[in-house]
Formats: sequence, structure tokens, C-alpha cells
Amino acid sequence: MQNFSWREFIIPCLIKVSGYSAILFVGLIFLFLIHEGAPALVEIPVSTLFSIRWYPIESNFGILPLIGGTVVVTLGAAIFAIPLGLATAIYIAEIAPRWAREILKPLVEVLGGLPSVMLGFLGILVVTPFVRTTLDIPTGLTAFTGALILGAMAIPTIVSVAEDALDAVPRTYRQAALALGATEWQTIWRVTLPAARSGVLTAMMLGIGRAIGETMTVMMVTGNAPILPTGLGALFRPVRTMTATIAAEMGEVANGSVHYHALFLIGIILFLISLVINIAVASVVFRQRKRAERILS
Amino acid sequence: MDKPRSRRIRLLSSLLMAYLIVAACSCRMTGGLPGSSSDAIIENKGSDTIVNLALAWAEAYQDSHPKARISVTGGGSGTGIAALINASVDIANASRKIKPEEQAQAEANGVLPVEFVIARDAIAIIVNHENPVDQLSIDQIADIYSGVINNWREVGGEDRPIVRLSRETNSGTHVYFLEQVLRGGDKNNKTLFSTDTLLLPSSEGISVEIRQNPNAIGYDGLGYVTDDLKVIAVSHDAAGPFILPSPATVINQQYPIARDLYMYTTGEPTGEIKAYLDWILSPEAQRIVLELGFVPIAP
Repeated sequence: MQNFSWREFIIPCLIKVSGYSAILFVGLIFLFLIHEGAPALVEIPVSTLFSIRWYPIESNFGILPLIGGTVVVTLGAAIFAIPLGLATAIYIAEIAPRWAREILKPLVEVLGGLPSVMLGFLGILVVTPFVRTTLDIPTGLTAFTGALILGAMAIPTIVSVAEDALDAVPRTYRQAALALGATEWQTIWRVTLPAARSGVLTAMMLGIGRAIGETMTVMMVTGNAPILPTGLGALFRPVRTMTATIAAEMGEVANGSVHYHALFLIGIILFLISLVINIAVASVVFRQRKRAERILS
Repeated sequence: MDKPRSRRIRLLSSLLMAYLIVAACSCRMTGGLPGSSSDAIIENKGSDTIVNLALAWAEAYQDSHPKARISVTGGGSGTGIAALINASVDIANASRKIKPEEQAQAEANGVLPVEFVIARDAIAIIVNHENPVDQLSIDQIADIYSGVINNWREVGGEDRPIVRLSRETNSGTHVYFLEQVLRGGDKNNKTLFSTDTLLLPSSEGISVEIRQNPNAIGYDGLGYVTDDLKVIAVSHDAAGPFILPSPATVINQQYPIARDLYMYTTGEPTGEIKAYLDWILSPEAQRIVLELGFVPIAP
């Protein structure tokens, strides 16, 4: 009896601790970022911060090109990865015969486990020359190359999560739709996909999250030139992302220098961007659930 | 009501203990690495230009001195000097001189960097073999990298855009190139690299891109230039003579883009570190310098 109640106490307690620890860690990380990065706002004049030149060894701390670089590469990867990832997930979950499904799903997951350095190598040795010669641009080390490889890295995440969500839609939904005379495509597009919407949105968010935070591959294939992207052509020019900047420069800075604070400021911006994406998706998912509840009641 | 609370406190305190033990361990691990009791290990870090040379030295030295342990890592001159300032290495390798502000930071941390010139190095200007350009003057190179010249046609080549490749800003080679080539050694000159200069994280990244891209131009230590890259002859001024980099042309000071390579220690070296540095400056170690394509110091 004594033993039993002890266990009843300790297990929920541990679960509670791990649940709250996530909040605690995010909070602590954010506080740390603020503590290390906020001095940059005082040390660097606003006009410098919003200039278009990033060259820290000469005290040029313009962060706009870096934000632009991340946005271009991430959007490029999303445009490429989301349709392809969703289509793959729909094929695996809804259309593929059982044997194909059993081969495809583990294969996609293996793809997701590839180390990013390896993909980066593949990028500079194979994709870069290919992009340069096919598109006839001065160099293959561009945002586009980065977007292609990041997209390829995001696809497994998207496929895996979206496929699980589609798989979780009750079979009766599809049967009902088909019984009402809907075609297979109508069933997928109007019934299964909307029913799995929250999972599919999570899949997209995780995919974008993977792309935005990826560092190694981006550093190897995007050329790292801090040019402010203007217009569509920027996709086919070199860019420097925020993550690559932090990774490339963190090793050289002395603790507490202006450059050090500036790098943490970039970290804060990166953190805020992913926070905004998370909140946006969460609110969409939440609104949808409320509507579903209304219909059911 | 009373019992569960005391249990909760006990649980919390044991968790806290666990955290403290973990924290204490990790503190000891990070704090105890350099120097301290394990003096036989010499931590050597910094310039990627020097890293191969430092590795070759470390191997040769450990062969003849079985007790010595030398660990060599790269990362860039800035990285090495930052580690020296934080007192986490014994010897920092640098392909540029320590900057006054780094010197000040080190002294503020109680570290007194002592400088040794350990070899010399030519910086080769490299292009793809398909590129017909053979020679450039220093001014032309400066104009290319600062964005004044944007097409190979302007320096006697084909009608192709120029893709400028450089190392990252933590590289000593980058800083040397900025100060001595782009600015011609003039302290008041504030010329910067053109913004579309590609900053690549490694020498290898530069070589790979140049091998496959006829538009590209790059620079790198002579020790890293392989046969599948084309080396450009460089002159002080447009009239020439245009000189190819080699140990001989560096020693007789004909090749214009050459520099000293340094090692920095924390304070005057003693014991194992002193023995190692003395050996590095010996003729035996300087022969290895020549084998790796660098230039020995005054033979």
C-alpha cells in the first residue's frame, strides 16, 4: 500500500516537472538572449542597425540583409517543399497500395535523418554547378540552391507529420464521402484534408521551422554574401542568412564585445520570427477546433 | 496533508542535489582544461592557413618526443586569438598580427600574448583553368574585390561576370587581404570588400567553387593551392614584372602578397611549450614548412 501510493505520487510529479520544464527552458533561453543581446540596441545606433551593410570587423552592423536572406531562403524552401511534401503525404496515406506505402514511409524517414553537413557537401559538389550551368547565372552559390536543399530537408518532416494526420482521419469519413458519390480526389481534397487540417498545418510549421533554423547547409551553399534582397532576382543571387552569420562569426568574437551583442540580437530576432510563426499556426488550428466543436454540438 | 508536503520537499531537494552535482561536474570539466595538472598536453588552435602545418609539426614532434601530446584545431586566426584571450589554449596560431584591441582584452584578462614568427606564406590569387587571364596588378585585384571591376573583359579576359570569393571575416587571410591588398597598406583608406563578395567558411569551399566556376576569383595561402587551380602572376604596378608565388619569390621579396605567420603564447613560454616552440624554429621543423608549400623563416 505504502509502495503503491509513493509511485502514484512520484510519476505524475515527474510528468509535471517535464511538462513545466519546457516552459522553464524557453523562458530561461529567452531571458539569456535578452540579457546578451539587448545591449546591442544601446551600443549600435539605430541608423547603423537598419543600414544595408553587414561587415562587423569595421563596425557595420546592418541586419536588414541578414533578415532578408533568411526570409528569401525560407520562403523559397517553403514554396518548394510544402506542395511536394503534402502531395507525397497524400499519396502515401490515401492512394498508394499497401506494399508501396510500407516501403515509402520508412524511406522518407531515413531521408529525414540525413545529417545536414552531408547534404551541404552534396550541395556544393553537385547542386551548385548544376544550378549555375542550367540557369546560366554567375555562380551557383545562391539562395535558390539553399532553398532547394532546405526544401529537400523539410520534405521528410512534412511528409511524416502530415501522413500521420491524414492516417488519423476516421475511415468512416472517407466511406461516407464516397457513398455520397464523391470521386476519390473530391474525398481527399474536400473531406480528408480538411479533417486533418490541424495536423497538416503542424507539418508545414515544423517543415518551415526546420528550414529557418538550418545552419550548416545554408552556410555551405548560399555564398554568405550579405546583399539586401530586392525583388525576385534575389533568389538567384548569393545571400547571407541569420543562422549562418551567427555560426560563422560566433567563434571569433570576444565575450561582451559589440559584435558579440549584435550576434545575440540576431538570435533574438530569429527567436521572435519562429515565435510568430508558431503563434500564427496555433491560432489557426485553435479557431478550426472551435468551429468543429460548434458543428458537433 | 502534512506527509505529502514533506515528501514533495524531499523530492525537490534531491532533484536540486542532482542538478548541483551535474553543474559542479561540468564546471570542473570546462574550467580545468588548459594548463593545470595535465601539462603534457599542448592545446594549439587558430588559423586555418596554419592548421596543416601545425598538424605536420605536431606529428613529427610527437614521433621524436613520445611523451609530448599536442592537440591542434583550426577555426580561423580570430578564433585562436579569442581562445587565447579566454585562456583556453596554450598556443594560438594566427596568419595576422594580434590587433591592439585584442591585446588590450587579453591583458584585461590577465593574459600577456607573446609573439613568434614561425613561417612565411604567399597568398596566391587563383582562378579556374578555363580563365585566360594570366596576370593582374595589385591595383586591378583591389578594384576587382572592391567592386570597381565587374567583368573579366576589363582585365583582358572573356566577357564574363566576376564572382569574388573570400574567406569569412574571422580569417586572418581575409584581414590581411583587406589591409594590404584592398587598402594597399594605407591605414586611412576605408575601402571595403564589395557586398556581393561570397564569404566562404573554408579554404576548401573556395577551391571547390573555383574548380567548377570559370567566373570565380579567389585567394588562398600558397600551401592550399592544388594543381587543378590556376595561379595568377601578380605585380606591384601595371608595368610589371608579373611574378608567380613560390618560396623563392617570397624570400627574394619579388612576390608582393606575402606575410608572416605567427604563434602566440600566454606569457613567456616555459617547459614543454618552450621546448616545442624552440623545435619549431629549428632547421628540422622549418624543412617541413617548405614541404607543405610555405616559406621558411630566414634560413
